[in-house]
Amino acid sequence: MTTATQTSGRNLSWIVPTLYILFLLLPIYWLVNMSFKTNTEITGTFSLYPHEPTLRNYAVIFTDPSWYKGYINSIIYVVLNTVISVSVALPAAYAFSRYRFLGDKHLFFWLLTNRMAPPAVFALPFFQLYSAFGLIDTHIAVALAHCLFNVPLAVWILEGFMSGVPKEIDETAYIDGYSFPRFFLRIYIPLIASGIGVAAFFCFMFSWVELLIARTLTTTDAKPIAAIMTRTVSASGMDWGVLAAAGVLTIIPGAIVIYFVRNYIAKGFALGRV
Amino acid sequence: MEKTWNNKAWFMVLPVLVLVAFSAVIPLMTVVNYSVQDTFGNNEFFWAGTDWFTDVLESDRFWDALTRNLIFSAIILAIEIPLGILIALNMPKKGLGVPFCLVFMSLPLLIPWNVVGTIWQVFGRVDIGLLGYTLAALGIPYNYVNNVFDAWITLIVMDIWHWTSLVVLLCYAGLVSIPDAYYQAASIDGASRWAVFRYIQLPKMKRVLLIAFLLRFMDSFMIYTEPFVVTGGGPGNATTFLSIDLVKTAIGQFDLGPAAALSIIYFLIILLLSWIFYTVMTNSDAEN
Repeated sequence: MTTATQTSGRNLSWIVPTLYILFLLLPIYWLVNMSFKTNTEITGTFSLYPHEPTLRNYAVIFTDPSWYKGYINSIIYVVLNTVISVSVALPAAYAFSRYRFLGDKHLFFWLLTNRMAPPAVFALPFFQLYSAFGLIDTHIAVALAHCLFNVPLAVWILEGFMSGVPKEIDETAYIDGYSFPRFFLRIYIPLIASGIGVAAFFCFMFSWVELLIARTLTTTDAKPIAAIMTRTVSASGMDWGVLAAAGVLTIIPGAIVIYFVRNYIAKGFALGRV
Repeated sequence: MEKTWNNKAWFMVLPVLVLVAFSAVIPLMTVVNYSVQDTFGNNEFFWAGTDWFTDVLESDRFWDALTRNLIFSAIILAIEIPLGILIALNMPKKGLGVPFCLVFMSLPLLIPWNVVGTIWQVFGRVDIGLLGYTLAALGIPYNYVNNVFDAWITLIVMDIWHWTSLVVLLCYAGLVSIPDAYYQAASIDGASRWAVFRYIQLPKMKRVLLIAFLLRFMDSFMIYTEPFVVTGGGPGNATTFLSIDLVKTAIGQFDLGPAAALSIIYFLIILLLSWIFYTVMTNSDAEN
């Protein structure tokens, strides 16, 4: 690579990514900036940084149950969904990566169509389905509904990782007298630990960022933070500071774990196919 | 990898099958049901045949939303793919810059979609947003609430901001897999920068670019939350894409028949696209 870049000018290639990152960070900076301002400063004056920094906006969120419950609700259904998705996807991904069976390709394709299905198509039928079971406004309803796209995602990602593990390992373990469950839990799972981490991260992420289905299935008790935010936007007497603070707080979970999955982000978004 | 034929593998797939059938097949059956029936309330349904489908396919509303959506997808693909390649080519290959770039570039991908909408809604406001305020101060008339052109520009820039990193990361993953020996051979042959790109880097990126292209197309084809937060589908219907239109019909007006027929048509388009994606994937898996 060095030879290639040196021919085209004296290594100025850092400019492009730098400009791009600046472009990415500017709107985020503006949100963070607003979250530390008072509403009078936001609407009254135009300032590039908070002149009278205040933590009032965050204090509102952390002291008002109708706000912080939104975060708790989101976390509950997201974690539930991640656990369900990854645990059912593990054996399925193993089957897809190791065996051929009747209809395997059709099944694998069918899973993909669910990952690609528009949530808008499912919003209303989901509402009716979960109403019929009396599950509206429960965390488990959202967790199950998000399985629609997260289970296929987890299967595809895990299959990608598992196909990278040589089959000889399975065979050696069987010759050594391991039973299948013991082999799977003791040898195989540690081998693909990073794959499980990545699959879990992406299930977490896609459940966390989804709003349409989560909003349709909840009214008060399980309402996600994202829906609470939109409600406040439409209310009269806009509280910009709190809105910004709430937004910043939703970015944090992703920002915390991003460093650990940085080398797998591409693989995860590409359904394990890079 | 050689796979052994074993139908017992079905038992391992069973949990996934049950779960996805519950969350995909049953709702889809409801949709199919509504799409061929009419109701006047009281849970009384009448057979309507293909009426709703002809209604939808003959309505301007559907074709307008579809056209808008296709134009939107085409524009963002035409910008995001070349831009993503350009950035990936210029990213550092080793050193501290690598994690720095990866972490900061991934950031927008992990932000909840409605917060992405909120960020840009605020950022573009003439009174309190940095972008809107700056443009107004420069004397450029900009208002994404009333002006169709400005609304489109805002949504396109927002999508570029949100998703270009996906293309960058995928291309970068393809680029780092190229062994140094290729570049050494190219420099011995005196290959130009363009030749290196055209004959070494581009072929190696072909697969990831296809994935990026298909993923970006699908996701922009079912975009809902971000434009809904920023423009709500307006001004007028100027930014009402397929998903927004569908939710308006289904939940806003509760027109179950047309909404269901629209859902089925929408789903068939997605099915076709998924099939292309799958064929591309399995073919390139076979090549490797």
